[in-house]
Amino acid sequence: MPEQTTTTPPTIITQTTDLQTTTSRADPVDFNGWACPVPLRDSPTIVMGHGGGGAMSGELIEHLFLPAFGDAAAAELGDSAVLPAPGGRLAFSTDSFVVKPMFFPGGNIGDLAVNGTVNDLAMSGARPLYLSTAFILEEGTALAGINRIATAIGHAAAAAGVRLVTGDTKVVDSGHGDGVFINTAGIGVIDDGVDIRPSRAAVGDVVMISGPIGVHGVAIMSCREGLEFGTTIETDSAPLNGLVQAMIATGADIHVLRDPTRGGVSASLNEIAKAANVGIDLVERDLPIPEMVANACSLLGLDPLQVANEGKLIAFVPERDAEKVLAAMQGHEYGKEAVVIGRCGADHRGMVVARTALGGNRVVDLPIGEQLPRIC
Amino acid sequence: MKYLEEFSNPELAGKLLDRIHAAATRRWAIMEVCGGQTHSIIRHGIDQLLPDVIEMIHGPGCPVCVTPLEIIDRALAIAAQPGVIFCSFGDMLRVPGSEQDLIRIKSAGGDVRVVYSPLDALKIAKENPDRQVVFFGIGFETTAPANAMTVYQAKRLGIENFSLLVSHVLVPPAIAAIMESPSCRVQAFLAAGHVCSVMGTTEYPALAAKYRVPIVVTGFEPLDILEGIRRTVLQLESGRYEVENAYARAVTTEGNTAAQAMLLDVFERTDRVWRGIGMIPGSGWKLSSRYAQFDAENRFDVRGIRTEESTLCRSGEVLQGLIKPHECVAFGKECTPRNPLGATMVSSEGACAAYYLYRRLELTPAGSHA
Amino acid sequence: MCLAVPGRILRMFEADDTLMSEVDFGGVVKQVCLQYIPDAAVGDYVIVHVGFALQRLDEESALATLANFERLGIMEEEFGDGFALAAKQAGMPAPGNGGDSMTRTSALSGPTMNGATR
Repeated sequence: MPEQTTTTPPTIITQTTDLQTTTSRADPVDFNGWACPVPLRDSPTIVMGHGGGGAMSGELIEHLFLPAFGDAAAAELGDSAVLPAPGGRLAFSTDSFVVKPMFFPGGNIGDLAVNGTVNDLAMSGARPLYLSTAFILEEGTALAGINRIATAIGHAAAAAGVRLVTGDTKVVDSGHGDGVFINTAGIGVIDDGVDIRPSRAAVGDVVMISGPIGVHGVAIMSCREGLEFGTTIETDSAPLNGLVQAMIATGADIHVLRDPTRGGVSASLNEIAKAANVGIDLVERDLPIPEMVANACSLLGLDPLQVANEGKLIAFVPERDAEKVLAAMQGHEYGKEAVVIGRCGADHRGMVVARTALGGNRVVDLPIGEQLPRIC
Repeated sequence: MKYLEEFSNPELAGKLLDRIHAAATRRWAIMEVCGGQTHSIIRHGIDQLLPDVIEMIHGPGCPVCVTPLEIIDRALAIAAQPGVIFCSFGDMLRVPGSEQDLIRIKSAGGDVRVVYSPLDALKIAKENPDRQVVFFGIGFETTAPANAMTVYQAKRLGIENFSLLVSHVLVPPAIAAIMESPSCRVQAFLAAGHVCSVMGTTEYPALAAKYRVPIVVTGFEPLDILEGIRRTVLQLESGRYEVENAYARAVTTEGNTAAQAMLLDVFERTDRVWRGIGMIPGSGWKLSSRYAQFDAENRFDVRGIRTEESTLCRSGEVLQGLIKPHECVAFGKECTPRNPLGATMVSSEGACAAYYLYRRLELTPAGSHA
Repeated sequence: MCLAVPGRILRMFEADDTLMSEVDFGGVVKQVCLQYIPDAAVGDYVIVHVGFALQRLDEESALATLANFERLGIMEEEFGDGFALAAKQAGMPAPGNGGDSMTRTSALSGPTMNGATR
């Protein structure tokens, strides 16, 4: 995250970025720039027929989704994608995306849908290969918005180097969805000699993070109803598979990789500490928290350690490999600001403890449910 | 953030701690009134860094913790009604009522929304003229001006579908009640800085004189708290009991007179039952008769609710500083932040939650964890 | 209670006959009601709680307080431990030399995990 020295402070974004409120159902759709929207001109919004599996569904796929996906799409439009079996162990992951608002500074739900699953695969050390995309669309959702999301999916898949090979679309009655729900499932392959999983964290491991924390969560909050504030912060959503391969290429014995999404760094570290039965010691002053994230958290009473990240990873690496892994991270586009944030120890196994800036210590606990702004 | 980070400077904190260590020669028990102060003390580890002779007793200054159970239950009843949009600060969402909490009401289909400011709730009322919008107006004197202005606007602009569920509590009567308690061990108070930003410091000299306790107004950053403790210890060591303002950058003696004028118009004093403590006379504010039609308790029929506290919960004793959280048998077992029995385990600055979150490390026997 | 933070007024405007503003909290901008600080001006720092400015932040006072903290250590170095001096003059033992032991290490060195040593 580059240093933010803004001379002109941002103004507040006052519109909500919901599909339903920013694009009214009667808005004329701008079809310029669409790959081939011709048969859809009759209806600017989703109707039940689009999920019926008949001609309208076909048109939606052929004339909205596939063109928007662009080069990343490799669909033959059969019932299932038939793929060559890769050698090595398969990694398989799925995730569903129900985030609101769907459009936020720096991206939309489409970016998350691709990068989320790509990263889940990458955190096992896998090279992601194929993704499926399944949509549940609420009747009445504006096609223009769906096109934006699908375009983002196409770009994100291309950037990550994965192919979109199969998918599905269903439509639910108005009032029973929330605009757009997306599920992605992904297949990747793990090279021999790579063994990365939470239970491998060991006493003595060095804990590192690939960059500044709390960015995505703050970007989302800044446009959430009731909390809106103006900021230049944008989501950090990014595919981390390239970064992971660079780290693996050093030959280091990486023990654990984890992307700290919901629940932030705190949730991830607590889960790993319990899974491996190690204690984790953090040093508060070493945590990379951008000033604006810290300020937004101060304003709302949130803990940056519990705020979501969508383009960062945490690595647990044995001491002897730490330096070269850190260097590999810092040499990569998505790890330029990688730093060491702590160590694993034998004390307080299963718990995460931070040394405060003053020299005291505090337990960094698992967040309970959704983090809420407070007045107290 | 400017004028915030500078007051967390570890080197200066070290100097203040050195001065406190040098000054303290005897055991002293100091109560920090405000939950925000408790949060800061525990989160930065200040209580660990103070000399052993100084005991910080965590006071009842957490409006989330002390909001009467009856009001919580009424809030839940209102939120569960169809057509109601119930708006609240985030703090209140997990506070347990007799049977449930706002989060559960929300998952059962209630329209419960978290807002940052009561003005956001008024905006929602303007945007949803066919719904009843209720704002949960809790807090100490710090939050009262915001709630007051909101209902004043509602009346002036004729936003009839808006109403306020009020449960304000006041600091000076709480200090008096604590000092009147026979088992009171408190010898000095750190008064709440932002309460005093609004109300000034004029209510405190009488309390300091009557109960012979130093009262030092502090801010919330580590240096603010340490400076407050330093000045308090100096007073205690020399037998003085005066009111001092250690938060001069945000507190004046007279406070904010514009806010006080609004408070006089919108609210009037009332007796309040503090959850876990009991009734403290004249310790709360309710809407004045001029605003009765915006009072959610008048607009919704929420009488006749049976309230029932958990029998295991000892929040009240914790709030009065009579026991420490870990001295309660339910602490960390039946009662955790995930399953709170009482409000002190819910609010991030309730003493029980603060202890659970930040202090579990020392409180659990070696080799095991809660 | 009372999570309130200082921010700088960027611009002021009227909405529904109420004095409002946009306040900058170090790059995070939020709308704040200024009705309780009627003589506020653009560039002033205010303390904000739940969308309302409650007090102006007195910058001079803030800087003076910080300067006082800086001086605390210097005075001790220049004049020695004032309490020890006073105690000596009163014929009493110097404070901190009896009773509970207090190992004072710099805050920067940090504690072991079993509790701070100070």
